[in-house]
Amino acid sequence: MISLAGRDILHAWGKFVFTGVGLGLLIGVTLVMAGVYRGMVDDGKALLDNSGADLWVVQQDTLGPYAESSSLKDDLYRTILAMPGVARAANVTYLTMQVRQGERDVRAMVVGAAAGAPAGTPGTPPYLVAGRQFTRGHYEAVADMATGFKLGDTIRIRRNQYTVVGLTRRMVSSSGDPMVFIPLKDAQEAQFLKDNDAIWQSRRRTEANPAINRPGASGVLDAVLASQSSNNFVNAILVRLEPGADPDEVARTIYRWKRLTVYTRAQMEDILVGKLIATSARQIGMFLVILAVVSAAIVAFIIYTLTMDKIREIAVLKLIGTRNRTIAAMIMQQALALGAIGFAVGKITATFAAPLFPKYVLLVPQDSIAGFFAVMAICALASVVAIRMALRVDPAEAIGG
Amino acid sequence: MATKGIRIEGLRKRYGSGDTAVDALKGVDMHVEPGEVVGLIGPSGSGKSTLLKSLGAVIDPTAGRMTLGDEVIYEQGWKVPDLRALRRDRIGFVFQAPYLIPFLDVTDNVALPPMLAGLPNTEARKRAQDLLTALDVRHRAQAMPSQLSGGEQQRVAIARGLVNRPPVILADEPTAPLDSQRAMAVIRILNDMARKYETAIIVVTHDEKIIPTFKRIYHIRDGVTHEEAGEGRGFE
Repeated sequence: MISLAGRDILHAWGKFVFTGVGLGLLIGVTLVMAGVYRGMVDDGKALLDNSGADLWVVQQDTLGPYAESSSLKDDLYRTILAMPGVARAANVTYLTMQVRQGERDVRAMVVGAAAGAPAGTPGTPPYLVAGRQFTRGHYEAVADMATGFKLGDTIRIRRNQYTVVGLTRRMVSSSGDPMVFIPLKDAQEAQFLKDNDAIWQSRRRTEANPAINRPGASGVLDAVLASQSSNNFVNAILVRLEPGADPDEVARTIYRWKRLTVYTRAQMEDILVGKLIATSARQIGMFLVILAVVSAAIVAFIIYTLTMDKIREIAVLKLIGTRNRTIAAMIMQQALALGAIGFAVGKITATFAAPLFPKYVLLVPQDSIAGFFAVMAICALASVVAIRMALRVDPAEAIGG
Repeated sequence: MATKGIRIEGLRKRYGSGDTAVDALKGVDMHVEPGEVVGLIGPSGSGKSTLLKSLGAVIDPTAGRMTLGDEVIYEQGWKVPDLRALRRDRIGFVFQAPYLIPFLDVTDNVALPPMLAGLPNTEARKRAQDLLTALDVRHRAQAMPSQLSGGEQQRVAIARGLVNRPPVILADEPTAPLDSQRAMAVIRILNDMARKYETAIIVVTHDEKIIPTFKRIYHIRDGVTHEEAGEGRGFE
């Protein structure tokens, strides 16, 4: 028996191809949406991977440093470093802001990390693609390639200017913003730096306070003013464990002795994926559902219209003895062919379009495979309406009168 | 093998029920012998289409008896288990418009019914090409229906109706869209095929040009048929 669906498609291939291309663009958008979600998850994982940490020590009862703000004294890392199982511990600050370079500015996450630290210190860029790590305590920066900065560029963070001495890659925040690494002291200052007027007003108020500015005790005022204009807080302490150390055990020890919240890698991944990007994931999920419904409606409409155009032929086919299942198979095969064309176009579109998106779009083969089967299922389901209509066609319609 | 031909006795068809019931056929009697072509003529609403649909097993008559060859196929209900197979294997159809399947070429349009009946594709195509040769359209075997003239399309449609060698062919206004010359050619072909394949052919028509060619004519009016002898003229 010849393939009626195949012959019909070959006969009207232009109609099928153009319809498939239209459907394919819709499927392409759906695949890209899935890729955006995967990209967000991958950004989160890249953030954790590239931090080089096994444990994140943060302010008690917070989900810091990525999902909530967290503040710790910068000398705490020394006591943590002395704890059993801890190989390295380093302070780190995170601040998302606009970094200026000439006339343009770039949204970036400014990371404060120990300057001149040995390679592999948590919080510092784990690798460079050009230049060197910053070694001076001030005014040097290492930037992610995605910022568009080049070696030797001068960038401005708050009031200070930094020279880009190194470039790294795939160092992004959980929201996909590229990172700019600067020395920790500069980053601490940048987090709390006030403008000159605000500093002057603050000093004036403090000096006017008789409890602080007491006659014969000028040292008290000086000490208070110094504490007001300096910042010795960091957002988190990143901990690298000794080989074989149990992360949960070390975390429990730090919590017991220092009363700080400690997250392991798995817990931090849960926070990033389950909490930080959960709303975005639901949003994307809703879009995927809507796109799937729209795709199904379009396929159903197209197949219904194509079948409506063949009502007389279907009546003739039934009159000359074609089985209902042959007619149903013809319609379903056409719907599946349309889905296959659409998926191929969609996959190609998504592959070529993904790099053009400002945020990272990660297309994984599993999504493509799942997408293919989903498209086939949607097309099969969408053809049901047309099949029902075709099966109701009376063969008597082929006979006039 | 059963003898061919079709016989109808007291065939009735009622649409609806109660006060709104309409008797479209009120006891039709007719018979067509193998190799014979008879005309069925009548005004609009006389019951021609209802009779054709009843004979074609696409609607259920209300009462009466139909015999195909020496097998009773209808008497107080259908006596054959599979009406689809009955239509496919034992009744051929030729329509007012050819209604060829637009996405199949000429050969496959004709070969489709035997393929549906389970004949291998090559054998079905061979049988189709033999018929196309007999109907003088073999040279268009690979053409698509849209590439054929009206007369060629109608000949292909006749080939499709004949290809399963049914004992009966029902032709519904087969010459309506054709000019006199082509209409006459189609009637000549139907007569030739009827003789060649021992097929009983019923031609429903309004076409004044072809009515004189029938040797026997059934007039249908108000759901009742009356038989009369036709002129049986030649086809020139």
